[in-house]
Amino acid sequence: MNATNQEAPGSRDIEDLLPWHAAGTLSRRDAQRVEEALARDPELARRYALVRDELAESIHLNETLGAPSARAMEKLFAKIDAEPERRQSASFGLGSRISDFLASLSPRTLAWSASAAVFAILLQAGLIAGVMLKETKTVGYETASAPTTDPGVGAFTLIRFAPQATSDDINKFLEANKLSIAAGPMAGGLYKVRVAVTGIPKGELARIVKKLQEDKVVGFIAATE
Amino acid sequence: MQTTSDEVLISRIAGGDRLAMQVLYARHHVRVYRFVLRLVRNEATAEDLISEVFLDVWRQAGKFEGRSAASTWMLSIARFKALSSLRRRPEEELDEETAEQIEDHADDPEATLAKKEKGSALRQCLAGLSADHREIIDLVYYHEKSVEEVAEIVGIPEATVKTRMFYARKKLSELLKEQGIDRGWP
Repeated sequence: MNATNQEAPGSRDIEDLLPWHAAGTLSRRDAQRVEEALARDPELARRYALVRDELAESIHLNETLGAPSARAMEKLFAKIDAEPERRQSASFGLGSRISDFLASLSPRTLAWSASAAVFAILLQAGLIAGVMLKETKTVGYETASAPTTDPGVGAFTLIRFAPQATSDDINKFLEANKLSIAAGPMAGGLYKVRVAVTGIPKGELARIVKKLQEDKVVGFIAATE
Repeated sequence: MQTTSDEVLISRIAGGDRLAMQVLYARHHVRVYRFVLRLVRNEATAEDLISEVFLDVWRQAGKFEGRSAASTWMLSIARFKALSSLRRRPEEELDEETAEQIEDHADDPEATLAKKEKGSALRQCLAGLSADHREIIDLVYYHEKSVEEVAEIVGIPEATVKTRMFYARKKLSELLKEQGIDRGWP
């Protein structure tokens, strides 16, 4: 029996951890314990050298095993292609795209992005308020069939404008599509936007929403009451 | 450069993204193949098995909860496939292979020592370990799995992982001794 075996209880426990210490997969706390034991026990340090030899040769051995041929991949994807097509729900797609995007950002980038987004929404809110003010200030002769200003009448959508959209972009977008802002900004930077002065069938509203969605000014859009 | 994490790839695979599957395959197929090959010791079988492993990944991606690393999950699937394949294979075949590898050199330890360097002898003995011992050595040293991860892959308690690793290393020392190399341990 050698020095290490005669040591205080716990030395075997430390010795058992040597393979993981060599591979670098111990927790910081355990790694620290092993380091301290290695520093004070020459026999343990000698055994650690054996472990490191084993580690090096295990890697060497595995690296000489080669790789599978392209046949394995071809076989796999032939099987995958033969599988029934998977239905991807819209919510999954959107959710996973958002989580992918957020996961790809570093915490620092994320913090800056959040600050920038808040600033952009506030700025946009100010600009859109200006647009609304300009609309309400319009005076002059109006026929009985002129668009109503009653905020409760018509067909509506909820829109969140893209953060990079300027007031000019938004003005042009509203004019080109004969839209007017009925209310907002609401929670989440959303605006209630009138798309028709009278009520329209749901199918027609859905078609309009789909069309507007394609404009780069629109970040989010949904039909609303 | 930032790469997409395995977890993100698996969530895309769950949505039917074939490209994400290609990326995950490119990233892991060699290691999974080597893990399986060390268990089944037959290249053609190992190739067939990795196709099955990744097909399972494709089919079960939606069930992956990310509680463990993706590589740990894949190695668990690979291990299951390899063991199922071994059960279908005659035991004698394996034992004969193992015996041949060890006895060829055990006959003449001095000649072995003269011809081979220590590293080579060590690799020879690593290859001669039993399937259980090979598996744990590979998981710890080559696949860089922690005690907890090995426990998850092999399906044994953490304390058993440490004990099995100890006996695998002890057996390795014995095999080396048979070849004339005394490591002075255990």
